[in-house]
Amino acid sequence: MQTSAPLAPLPPPSPSLVWRRIRRNPLSFGALCVIGLIALAAIFAPWIAPYPPDATDAAAALQSVSWRHPLGTDLYGRDQLSRIIFAARIDLSVAFAATAAAVVIGSLLGAIIGYRGGWVDHIAMRPVDAIMAFPAFVLAMGITAALGNSTVNVAIAISITQVPSYLRLIRGEMLRIREMEYADAARTVGNPTWRIVLIHLLPNCMPPLIVQATLAMGFALLTMAALSFIGLGIQPPQSEWGVMTAEGASQIVTGEWWLFLFPGLAIMITVLAFNLVGDGLRDFLDPRMRGIR
Amino acid sequence: MSDLLEIADLTVSFDSDAGEIQAVDHISLTIRAGEVVGLVGESGSGKSVTAFAILRLIRRPGRVKSGTIRFNGVDLGTLSEEEMRQIRGAKIALISQSPRTALNPVITVGRQIARLFELHGGLSARDAHRRMLEMLSLVRIPDPAKRAGQYAHQLSGGMCQRVMIAMALATSPQLLIADEPTTGLDVSIAARILDLLRELGAKTGAAILLITHDLGVVAETADRVVVMHAGQVVESAPVRTLFHQPAHPYTRALVRSIPRVDRTVTMEPIPGAVPSLLDPPPGCRYAERCGWVSERCRIARPPLTRVVADHEVACYGFEERRDAAG
Repeated sequence: MQTSAPLAPLPPPSPSLVWRRIRRNPLSFGALCVIGLIALAAIFAPWIAPYPPDATDAAAALQSVSWRHPLGTDLYGRDQLSRIIFAARIDLSVAFAATAAAVVIGSLLGAIIGYRGGWVDHIAMRPVDAIMAFPAFVLAMGITAALGNSTVNVAIAISITQVPSYLRLIRGEMLRIREMEYADAARTVGNPTWRIVLIHLLPNCMPPLIVQATLAMGFALLTMAALSFIGLGIQPPQSEWGVMTAEGASQIVTGEWWLFLFPGLAIMITVLAFNLVGDGLRDFLDPRMRGIR
Repeated sequence: MSDLLEIADLTVSFDSDAGEIQAVDHISLTIRAGEVVGLVGESGSGKSVTAFAILRLIRRPGRVKSGTIRFNGVDLGTLSEEEMRQIRGAKIALISQSPRTALNPVITVGRQIARLFELHGGLSARDAHRRMLEMLSLVRIPDPAKRAGQYAHQLSGGMCQRVMIAMALATSPQLLIADEPTTGLDVSIAARILDLLRELGAKTGAAILLITHDLGVVAETADRVVVMHAGQVVESAPVRTLFHQPAHPYTRALVRSIPRVDRTVTMEPIPGAVPSLLDPPPGCRYAERCGWVSERCRIARPPLTRVVADHEVACYGFEERRDAAG
């Protein structure tokens, strides 16, 4: 016999609440601003970059940091700052596209498997476990090598390595949420199953998904840069942070330190920013951290 | 009045590691059109399971082992899942025990109601919104336009229950199952919710199956009462008969356990607890708690027999006493 009414489950916090909360955390807010700046720079690259990214200038090859070339120039006299700004376009968009695709595919599959449960769950989760047991970077390498070096294939490879983690996350949430009374209520009024899963239950699984996706953006950037660093995926002369670090690495011994340092810093700052935002969101959105508002 | 819902010989069991649990054991029960039937019993007596069985929403590890449920003469067990889906919510609606947790936290309450008009009435979003506001006024929610845009956690418990009632009645169902509709509400609000249910039921002609452990609720609301004990129906009678001439010893004990202020009757708790439903004994499940128990009760289960028209009881002890007296 119930003696007291259970509290209504809290809905995921509204975007405006998340925004206010993030603003109160200086570290996360700073990181969010950094991401915003990088994104703006990427979008308006042609207007911001002082030179075209591929403009060679033999007379200005391998110049160090100067007023004319704030981050120096490379072997072909290309302006390093302009290349880093243009590289943000491809790095951010590939990381974003890969993460978005993985989120959509992973959460849909996870929702279906979790809602269905039982033997479907048992069977479907075994390949997922197998993929997760495989080192993610090695998997991404293998997929890129198999599909061939292209920007789209890099996105596909990163996406595939990420799908299992979202799938697992949403499946777990769904196993819990499908037992909630509002799930029963959605069934008792005759909703079709797809509607129960997509409209009634999946939105309730969102908070941990957003955290995971933000953190995964950083990981996607790292993977992409690492792939191009070892010569897979995006190829020179394309401006891409990983490609540029690889090119710069060969110049370290001859003393042109700026060629390696600045693209490396670009990767580091961006990844760090995504991780800090992700951590800030987790403090707020993760159900286990709820109630500490 | 014709029979709207006819449950015959329904058995629902749950598989557990320890064995099979008979939550509902061969029960039969009839609800006529427009009637308010109270289904009464202690916690764990199978009331809610019966409600879910009617909607065919028993899920693993539970299963319906036997019996038929006829609704308007149609055996619900023979319908396809798609046909059943069109009955749920549209013809048979359920009001849940805990309105706050039964409302989706991420969808506004207005949207949840409006959705039903789209789903079962085929209305456009705009018409559905208008009907939704009408429903909210019907259940006497003040400032419906404002409330419609709010989420469950922003409303009080009584308000949530009104929303649930609005949802349940939105599609003019023929049968409304109210599963402990007043749990967790304070007494004055509970009374208003019951009045509202009864009044709206009468207005729309919906029959109501009122599931409760509270005989007081039944006395105020129901036309007829069915008493369940440990997954079995032990007595069924019109509400006045049940209170004035209860036949089954369990019903008698229940009636005696109601606190009264108008009479100096000692309130007596019922000894013992509902027996384990795991491998229950073959005989009457009330035997261990019963003052009338005889050897016969432990061997075979007493069938539901007629006392007078509309009054049925499942008790050997009652029959013996009546035969001795008559």
